[in-house]
Amino acid sequence: MALHRRDILAGATALTAAAISSKARAQVAAPRSGGILTVAADTEPRNLNPAIVASNGVFYVASKVIEPLAEMIDGGDGLAPRLATRWEGSPDGRNVTFTLRDGVSWHDGKPFTSADVAFSAMRLWKPLQNLGRIVFKNLEAVDTPDARTVVFRFSVPTPFQLVRNALPGLASVVPKHLYDVGDIATNPANMRLIGTGPFRFAEHRPGEFYRLEKNPAYWEAGRPYLDQIIYRVLPDRGAIAAALEANQIQLAAFSAVPLADMERLGKVPGIAVIPQGYDGITYQLTVEINHRRKELADARVRRAIAHAIDRKFVVDTIFLGYAKPSNGPVPAFDKQFHRTDLPDSGFDRRRAEALLDEAGLPRGGNGMRFSVRLLPAPWFEQTRQFGDYLRQALRAVGIDAQIANNDPAAHLKAVYTDHAFDIAIGSPVYRNDPAISTTILYESGLPAGVPFSNQYGYASPAMDGLIRRAASAVDPAERTALYRDMQTLAATDLPLIHVAEFTFLTVARRTVMNVANNPRWATSHWADTWLSA
Amino acid sequence: MTRVLRLLALRALSAIPTLLIVAFGAFMLLEFAPGDAVDAYLAQTGGDAGFAAELRRSLGLGGTFAERLAGFLVSLATLDLGQSVVFARPVASVIAERLPNTLLLMASTTLFAAGIGLGLGMLAGRRPSSLADHGISTAALVLLAIPNFWLGLLLVVGLAVSWPLFPVAGIRSLTTTGGPAVALLDLLHHLVLPTLALGAGYIALYLRTLRAGMVEAWQSDHVRAARARGLSESSVLRRGVVRPALLPSLVVAGQNIGTLVGGSVVVETLFSIPGMGRLAFEAVTGRDTALLVGVVMSATLMVLAINLVVDLAMAWVDPRLGAIDG
Repeated sequence: MALHRRDILAGATALTAAAISSKARAQVAAPRSGGILTVAADTEPRNLNPAIVASNGVFYVASKVIEPLAEMIDGGDGLAPRLATRWEGSPDGRNVTFTLRDGVSWHDGKPFTSADVAFSAMRLWKPLQNLGRIVFKNLEAVDTPDARTVVFRFSVPTPFQLVRNALPGLASVVPKHLYDVGDIATNPANMRLIGTGPFRFAEHRPGEFYRLEKNPAYWEAGRPYLDQIIYRVLPDRGAIAAALEANQIQLAAFSAVPLADMERLGKVPGIAVIPQGYDGITYQLTVEINHRRKELADARVRRAIAHAIDRKFVVDTIFLGYAKPSNGPVPAFDKQFHRTDLPDSGFDRRRAEALLDEAGLPRGGNGMRFSVRLLPAPWFEQTRQFGDYLRQALRAVGIDAQIANNDPAAHLKAVYTDHAFDIAIGSPVYRNDPAISTTILYESGLPAGVPFSNQYGYASPAMDGLIRRAASAVDPAERTALYRDMQTLAATDLPLIHVAEFTFLTVARRTVMNVANNPRWATSHWADTWLSA
Repeated sequence: MTRVLRLLALRALSAIPTLLIVAFGAFMLLEFAPGDAVDAYLAQTGGDAGFAAELRRSLGLGGTFAERLAGFLVSLATLDLGQSVVFARPVASVIAERLPNTLLLMASTTLFAAGIGLGLGMLAGRRPSSLADHGISTAALVLLAIPNFWLGLLLVVGLAVSWPLFPVAGIRSLTTTGGPAVALLDLLHHLVLPTLALGAGYIALYLRTLRAGMVEAWQSDHVRAARARGLSESSVLRRGVVRPALLPSLVVAGQNIGTLVGGSVVVETLFSIPGMGRLAFEAVTGRDTALLVGVVMSATLMVLAINLVVDLAMAWVDPRLGAIDG
């Protein structure tokens, strides 16, 4: 193979780029406008409206078109203005006042006003949205004193801290003038999005791609840099890796490439593996336990299971180091609430066996104490692999685990509706505040059929009390303290066992700039993303 | 001509029970699968009890088995494929999008596999047990043994990544400029690797069938008679050996094409081609009964149509077939 000067230069650039972190790379050169960024997409949601479906699959495409009131940033108070420029809660927790950005218009040319926010909140977030139904359930009314001001009025004191933390994920604003006629759930704008964002929705060819194009009238002057973003539907993970190598796509987010391929891809000239940019959507690997099973209702048995798991091994072998061990419900990234001094349930097989003996479960004739049905969640490679690991880890302390594999629908029904499991492997998401999708894993009295919630049969008056008090604690210090107590109780009772917290990886060509520069990057606006020549 | 018409009428009548059985089977399959469309959807989004209940209500999934069965029978009777839950669109429009891609892949695979397979089969069957025959037959066995997902991956790595002659994925370029001729070339360019991956195994099938038929024909009395009449070796080969041996190859072709219209989940996924195989897979994981019934019924219709074409072709090749009472 002949070596050309250009190749050598490209190699040198790649080396320099590798030496500089992804965040610092942006400063190397001045941003350049133009270009088409093609990225991999592995799903095509049936409803693409983030005001109704707040999920990562939807945000990945929709967050470039439809904007939230605020977005997460690293540092500072953690929030950056998007459609709202200021937010303030009243001391009694009854009102939150937002000041909206001036000079914003919808992609169809109509002006963006407070009426759009009020409509989105009352007609979509509160009654329809998967997460908003919980967080905004006590939202009584939204006042619009003028076109730039919105006042949320809650019927019971609602912590401003929670409302604030919910802004990036739960507060996407859609245009009132397109949604106030007909059924919202079947509105065509749920698939052909109209928003205020840096990109306009241009085209969806089912099974092939989504195409977004630059919004020339975007409120932030000079942005976005990219002319187009194309989401190429690539259902096969091997094909995604091949397409990156062949430079037919420039970026794949959400660990779309198998972890085992990452090391190899990271060595391909011109490709970078970027672990940042997902802290705001941290997933947790958990062991879910059915307390209806009498052996498992004993806290000593649950503690024994926790001691049987070698978290370091799990992180190093299953996640290839791209995760952190965890032993509580709040991930370490959330400095606001995370507790570092939780009771330790480190890897200790002898202790596990002693606890099981103490619980009156001696090893029987076949060397086993009792047997359990183990249902690993099918959605991640790692949840399935951890199922295989857990089976062996439990056997080592005398618990015979039989794995039952299901597809997503069957798994969801078995665990969260029928309770037909003894132990399951779960992967709940921590969404920036314990009240959004974390306390639901601990509170009792939820009806059957609520996915990713306490369907474990765990009921603790102390736990319920803490959750209830925190739900209406308007003083942030008091609320934080309550959630810190909750973490301690969770680590003592161990209704479910946290094993690791993990985020995703982005694999991108080194020509893509400003990648992973905020904690929800893949699900944020990409207005400042650009392509170097 | 009456022979053809009778065949058509008979086939059309017998198609009805086949379609009904197949549709009912697809319906029951998802009825008995654990979890429904809302469970499949909630796995991606989460949501509280009210969210799930509202979804079930709006998708019409709330009822009892009897109610769903009644709904299914009504839609069947009115020939209404209904609404897809996974795609939130009419089933017919989803299928209309996917079917052409699968038909294209089917056509290119069949042409490729039959062309190469029959050609090599003729070479092998010309002189059974010759060196050429052994070489070709062994190669065919190897082709038959290669799994298509593995071959597909190798083709991608070799001919799309390391030596980028062909696109990695898709059925056409994302942005096409130029006229229909450019679009056609683009399409063919995209079809090469999936066709190779899917067709390799079928080459062996055509080859082996034709070769076996030829081996048998060489032994037959009509070949001996033809030789005795002093016909040249090449016309004996053409008329006495290849022609009768083509009949079983046609049957094999019919069966293979039938399998191919169902789509190949593996090859369609690997090459990101939105076709019927992937659609059926998505319908099952999404517990989308209407879509699965639609996919299965349209595939069945295609298979029946292809069988009919094959029968007509056979009748043309071999005038003895269907000639009773004629």
